[in-house]
Amino acid sequence: MVHMANQIATFFKSQPGDATEKVASHIGDFWEPRMRDQLRDYVNQGGAGLDRVVVEAAALVR
Amino acid sequence: MKDFIFPPMPDDRDMGTPVKEGKPVSLIIDGFEVTVPEGTSVMRAAAELGIQVPKLCATDSLEAFGSCRLCTVEIEGRRGTPASCTTPVTEGMVVSTQSEKVRRIRKGVMELYISDHPLDCLTCSANGDRELQDMAGAVGLRDVRYKAPEDGGFVNHFEARNTSGEANPEWLPKDDSNPYFTYDPSKCIVCNRCVRACEEVQGAFALTIEGRGFDSRVSVGTENFLASDCVSCGACVQACPTATLQEKSIIEMGTPDRSVVTTCAYCGVGCSFKAEMQGDTLVRMVPYKHGKANRGHSCVKGRFAWGYANHKERILNPMIRDSIDEPWREVGWEEAIGFAAAKMRGLQETYGRKSIGVITSSRCTNEETYLVQKLTRAVFGNNNTDTCARVCHSPTGYGLGQTFGTSAGTQDFDSVEHTDVVLVIGANPTDGHPVFASRLKKRLRAGAKLIVIDPRRIDLVKSAHVEAAHHLALRPGTNVAVVTALAHVIVTEGLIDEAFIRERCDWDEFQHFAAFVSDTRHSPEATALLTGVDPNEMRAAARLFARGGNGAIYYGLGVTEHSQGSTTVMSIANLAMLTGNVGRPGVGVNPLRGQNNVQGSCDMGSFPHELPGYRHVKNADVRQMFEAVWGTPIDPEPGLRIPNMLDAAVDGTFKGLYCQGEDILQSDPDTKHVAAGLAAMECVIVHDLFLNETANYAHVFLPGSTFLEKDGTFTNAERRINRVRKVMAPRNGYGDWEVTQLLANAMGAGWSYTHPSQIMDEIAATTPSFAGVDYALLEEKGSVQWPCNAAHPEGTPLMHVDGFVRGKGRFIVTEYVATDEKTGPRFPLLLTTGRILSQYNVGAQTRRTANTIWHEADLLEIHPHDAENRGLTDGDWVRLASRAGETTLKAKVTDRVSPGVVYTTFHHPDTQANVITTDYSDWATNCPEYKVTAVQVSSSNGPTDWQEDYAAQAERARRILPAAE
Ligand code: SF4
Ligand code: SF4
Ligand code: FES
Repeated sequence: MVHMANQIATFFKSQPGDATEKVASHIGDFWEPRMRDQLRDYVNQGGAGLDRVVVEAAALVR
Repeated sequence: MKDFIFPPMPDDRDMGTPVKEGKPVSLIIDGFEVTVPEGTSVMRAAAELGIQVPKLCATDSLEAFGSCRLCTVEIEGRRGTPASCTTPVTEGMVVSTQSEKVRRIRKGVMELYISDHPLDCLTCSANGDRELQDMAGAVGLRDVRYKAPEDGGFVNHFEARNTSGEANPEWLPKDDSNPYFTYDPSKCIVCNRCVRACEEVQGAFALTIEGRGFDSRVSVGTENFLASDCVSCGACVQACPTATLQEKSIIEMGTPDRSVVTTCAYCGVGCSFKAEMQGDTLVRMVPYKHGKANRGHSCVKGRFAWGYANHKERILNPMIRDSIDEPWREVGWEEAIGFAAAKMRGLQETYGRKSIGVITSSRCTNEETYLVQKLTRAVFGNNNTDTCARVCHSPTGYGLGQTFGTSAGTQDFDSVEHTDVVLVIGANPTDGHPVFASRLKKRLRAGAKLIVIDPRRIDLVKSAHVEAAHHLALRPGTNVAVVTALAHVIVTEGLIDEAFIRERCDWDEFQHFAAFVSDTRHSPEATALLTGVDPNEMRAAARLFARGGNGAIYYGLGVTEHSQGSTTVMSIANLAMLTGNVGRPGVGVNPLRGQNNVQGSCDMGSFPHELPGYRHVKNADVRQMFEAVWGTPIDPEPGLRIPNMLDAAVDGTFKGLYCQGEDILQSDPDTKHVAAGLAAMECVIVHDLFLNETANYAHVFLPGSTFLEKDGTFTNAERRINRVRKVMAPRNGYGDWEVTQLLANAMGAGWSYTHPSQIMDEIAATTPSFAGVDYALLEEKGSVQWPCNAAHPEGTPLMHVDGFVRGKGRFIVTEYVATDEKTGPRFPLLLTTGRILSQYNVGAQTRRTANTIWHEADLLEIHPHDAENRGLTDGDWVRLASRAGETTLKAKVTDRVSPGVVYTTFHHPDTQANVITTDYSDWATNCPEYKVTAVQVSSSNGPTDWQEDYAAQAERARRILPAAE
């Protein structure tokens, strides 16, 4: 999961515009709620190894 | 055969010579006036009037040859009797096809042919099926005056010995080496049709005529057909007017009595065939001339490899068991469905609504796929649906959706006839999409240029009369870097099509992209170390593509199955927009999709986040549309993808799966993880023809039906919706759509479809791009390409003609990111995977046909240099290991692969190449990274423990108890 989330962040960081927002909406559109919960839990526990953009995005994810 | 064909077809006669395009020319034939395009032959013009001039060496799939002289006619004002097949029409020409003179000539010609032909018509396998016989009748030949001289000496090719027992040196034995057809030289009339078919249609150049005059013979240049370059496409058999080249099935079973047009169920080309039947037995599949994808051509799979339908391992009765340690119990349909429904509902009661899901098939029909996703959305009440397209073309959907506004490939196959430069990336069409490859090669022989980007020297790079102008043999995993470097050259050298970009694309985004790509770190020189591609070649390729005229890009799984699959698709779209190559014939971005209905399964809403027609489940208006028709609420949250289902299963929150026509255990990456996920589920329902690998972990097995046993539609790689027609009753009792309906109804759905056409009507009612599609239209047109609706009532061969679907085309910055799958001291080589012509995907069907003669086992291709370092020689057993696992297989030493790269196929379960592949995947879509795995290769003595354990488990899991009764 960490790997997947970071891959998404890497792509959107290379794009113009606000990467955090784009990562959050990508995750909202494509990840099942269970996976989003997992991500949020993981961030709450410290989010070791996660890209900073993902950590910020996690707060925005639906 | 006197054709009784369903549906009543457009004119299926052999018109003698190919259609031409040109300005109209009028002439008079036998007193009737006819107008045809300039360049048309007199023979074809006569055929247009319904006048069939006798012929032997001409057929309308091949250019005229003019060797048999049977087709002579008289033309006013011309001397002699010209051959009508090679004589083009001229304005005001007056032709007579019947006169005393030509009748005499034709009879004489025929007599000569027949004098050297065995007169065993009644017992000949071609009886009633061959032109030679028909023509003898047509010219009124009743007896043959020529006889062998009394004093011995041979003047024929068809008698092995003369009456005194002497061997005839002119006689040659039958060649039975090909599993599907025979070559019987004694019946050959040396008309050259097979040789021309092999060249013109297939492009294999396997056949030639050897010798001259009486000695001339068809030759394969080797000891027999099997050992030759023949790819067994069947074009020669199709072309032969005699029984010389003949299907073995016809020899065994005799000629068919009716035929039905249907669609091949193997690959994404979607060839149309006539299924020729005797009662309800299939005797032959013949490519259908009016099939718009294949135009009368075929490959070995669709033409010949249909025997699996009657294979003894096919399962015809439903089976159940409580645990996978038990043997299977055969039960009736009612019991099996009841058992499955109760289990699934029970799981939902215990573990929640979202604890079960489905996997739809890219092999089943659109209608069946639609029902399976409807099952999960409307009956299970969640969006847990996914399909094997996840593992192949999901990045295409995302990448093209982002740039062009639709995931659709932009062209039809006919478009290739207008292409000047073809760019093939990560695709191996001669093996993967053979009939398209033949059409492509034909265009290349006519002068189009070819650029290949592939780590392997695929056949297309150099084969008979085709040679790539540039082959960029990149290191696996560097696609984005290479395509971006091509864009760099095009932008910095000023080769862009600015008018196109200004008119059709978002100019601001273009400028942002141009600034990004112009950076010297993207230049061929700067990236050469990374990609392994010579910068000069790269620059030359970019210039050729930008300047060479109509440029078309064809790509395959070598693009999508990477951690940057979606990014590569976007970079390809960028390249097409930069050079103005979208929106007309001969150009475009063309994903070559793998399985027959990958396109369809994606269109039909197989993905967990989108409803049919690629509309996100979060959109309330789209949900409402379906809610109105289905009468149930739809979950607005995306569901689980296949890898997520497996993860959730291991975590204990996903418990039940209905898997139709897929073998995820063999086809999905990281086999051990898949096995663990399946083993953790409490109810796995496998719906398939055979006890596939996934079924080893299943609790319910529902027998499937073949494409010959049901009605429906497949959608091919050009978005073409082709009809599949039922030619025989399902041997298992039900079409797959009926089985899904039984299961849905046992869970309370209350569906009442009685024919797949009703399902298509529901699809049309809910999906705007299918709004105009119904079976009546398909019957009338043969096929249509979606979008097909009020705006495009006859379908859409070319996309984005008047502008991009999303409005302005969008350039997207494509930064190369190295995959995390890196080589290192322990795993110094890169493994990439692919497939071959005679086998198909996991091989469940093709392994059960005589096609195994061409591919008995998966082999590991390794460069001589790497082999030598490891002390390996051709044919050695080798151990192939990655971070995920290891397996063994035999090595094939070849310089088709570059040093540092190894390659294998994944058709055989014993090899389990996916034990090796890792679970890294595309960032946007989770499409697995099949094409890059760091591995080590070393010598080995035989199968690994894992392979042996696996085989033992499979053996145990496949036991079937004899039916209790
Ligand atoms: S094998 Fe058939 S098609 Fe080929 S030259 Fe002989 S008769 Fe003609
Ligand atoms: S496998 Fe593909 S190319 Fe071959 S006959 Fe079938 S659809 Fe055509
Ligand atoms: S058919 Fe015209 S020469 Fe043979």
